[in-house]
Amino acid sequence: MPVDVEARVIANTRLSPDYNVISLAAPAIAAAAAPGQFVMVKLGHGSTPLLRRPFSVFEVLRTGRTVNGLTLLSKRIGVTTQMLFDAVEGDVVSCLGPLGRPYATIDPPAEAWMVAGGVGLAPFATLAEALCARGTSVTLFYGARTGRELFYLDWFRERGVRLVLATEDGSLGDRGRVTQPLERELQAAAGRDLMVYACGPEPMLAAVARVAATYHRASQVSVERVMGCGLGGCYSCVIPVRQDPTGRHYVRSCIAGPVFAGADVVWE
Amino acid sequence: MPCDLTVQIGTLTLGNPVIAASGCFGYGVEYADVVDLSLLGGVAVKGLFLAEREGHPPQRIVETPAGMLNAIGLQGIGVHRFIREKLPELRERRATVIVNICGSTLDEYVELARILSDADGVGALELNISCPNIKEGGITFGCSLNGTFDVVSAVRKATRLPIIPKLTPNVTDVASFARASEEAGADAVSLVNTFLAMAIDVETRRPKLSNIVGGLSGPAIRPIAVRMVYECRRAGKIPVVGMGGIASAADAIEFMIAGAYAVQVGTANFVDPFIWTWLVDGIRDYLQRHGIARVRDLTGTLDTTAREKEWTSS
Ligand SMILES: Cc1cc2nc3c(=O)[nH]c(=O)nc-3n(C[C@H](O)[C@H](O)[C@H](O)COP(=O)(O)O)c2cc1C
Repeated sequence: MPVDVEARVIANTRLSPDYNVISLAAPAIAAAAAPGQFVMVKLGHGSTPLLRRPFSVFEVLRTGRTVNGLTLLSKRIGVTTQMLFDAVEGDVVSCLGPLGRPYATIDPPAEAWMVAGGVGLAPFATLAEALCARGTSVTLFYGARTGRELFYLDWFRERGVRLVLATEDGSLGDRGRVTQPLERELQAAAGRDLMVYACGPEPMLAAVARVAATYHRASQVSVERVMGCGLGGCYSCVIPVRQDPTGRHYVRSCIAGPVFAGADVVWE
Repeated sequence: MPCDLTVQIGTLTLGNPVIAASGCFGYGVEYADVVDLSLLGGVAVKGLFLAEREGHPPQRIVETPAGMLNAIGLQGIGVHRFIREKLPELRERRATVIVNICGSTLDEYVELARILSDADGVGALELNISCPNIKEGGITFGCSLNGTFDVVSAVRKATRLPIIPKLTPNVTDVASFARASEEAGADAVSLVNTFLAMAIDVETRRPKLSNIVGGLSGPAIRPIAVRMVYECRRAGKIPVVGMGGIASAADAIEFMIAGAYAVQVGTANFVDPFIWTWLVDGIRDYLQRHGIARVRDLTGTLDTTAREKEWTSS
């Protein structure tokens, strides 16, 4: 059951001129959130911006066993992300959540390959923790424009996550798209028991779903569509999924997703 | 002082005057985890045709100053699945259900009215003759006085349920449509549906919505909607259900003073799905502060008399 929390900003760290990680005192949401779930965020009570915006829960903050908040990974592209970038300690951010269908952790645990593009890294911190706790071996394929936009590498390394990096300018890891090393390793992974998880721009998700299918691997992708309410009220965030043998059908990504089986989505 | 918040629309009694607006509250059941549906005056469900519909391709909404455009295209599960899959839960949760119906033809409205009259748990029918986002039907009735009269009369003959034509603001004189609805036997009118509007990405010169045009809702439209409710109130006796940009109890009260018996809230529910109790409590507080015993006594109490300037010593 989602709750609405007026969350105080505990910290706001700029990772680059565009990216920031904001820590919010929303323990009720953080404690209930599963990997891949999101919160609907609003800053201020005015009409600009009017609607909330969806953000994946990035990290769950703990002191010992006590959950005391969550973080959001944000890239400055619009009004809300600008406000999140500029927010300072003590500001208040309204958070509604946790919402949506999370990633399913596989059973029995074997290998999990997470594929992140840019700000699509967000759901993978909590997913990596959940998978590592189950003894699953985790790899993160992580792509961005440049090496300066690949974040939290040590964070993942410290948790035992193997990193495979790609940048468009070749400044770190493979030059090009992250799906290239993914495909290369899938080719070499015949017979191994693994699940592919992805989050990032939709063309990347489509490519991941396609290569996963090529090598007969299941994939789970987290989509991001323009969302109005996050609760299934407005029918704006729909995505086409396969229905019956040949048909397709729009479903609301806020409640039927944001995580879908890559094979179920009709990529356009 | 206890306040009477009940409102009568034809034979239907609402527990309070605050209704969830169609298209902004799914089929109601989506919100059952967040809000006790029985505490709402009513739940107007997403517009239904006889058949299922896919709606428009995304992008379906875009935010604009103090508002949003939508062109959902009435995606929906059709009336039969609604009755089978949603109505039982709405009944169980004791929601007062207002079914928003849409037709491509007059016969479709009549057929929908018949089917829903036989279903258990429908409180009223809201005739959507005002959706700006689809070409066929609906709006063609809503933009013609004869069309409005004909569809309301035909539905009137087909059902004993209270009927509430939902009027479009995209006409010159909305009050004449309220009168046509009244003459055709409607129990109330609701207004406004969204204002036809458009937004363009200037870098790409592409429309921001796949449908190119869409309907504007939210705080941006409130003053126009209040004016239209006021005009309908003055033009006839038919009860008016007002909406357009309501986001607080004061906004709802403004509509009631202008002439609304009840109000609907759409876009604001996207921002705050917990808004319902605030609204109802705020209206109750207002009535108590102003010594008004019954919410219906607030309707149309706009004071336009000339007033002498008073001295205030502070
Ligand atoms: C996303 C969205 C979908 C809507 N769908 C419907 C609908 O199916 N039927 C209808 O009669 N009105 C529909 N409306 C119009 C609303 O019910 C309401 O008339 C309008 O939004 C103005 O109220 P508001 O400013 O409180 O949102 C829709 C509005 C929005 C924003």
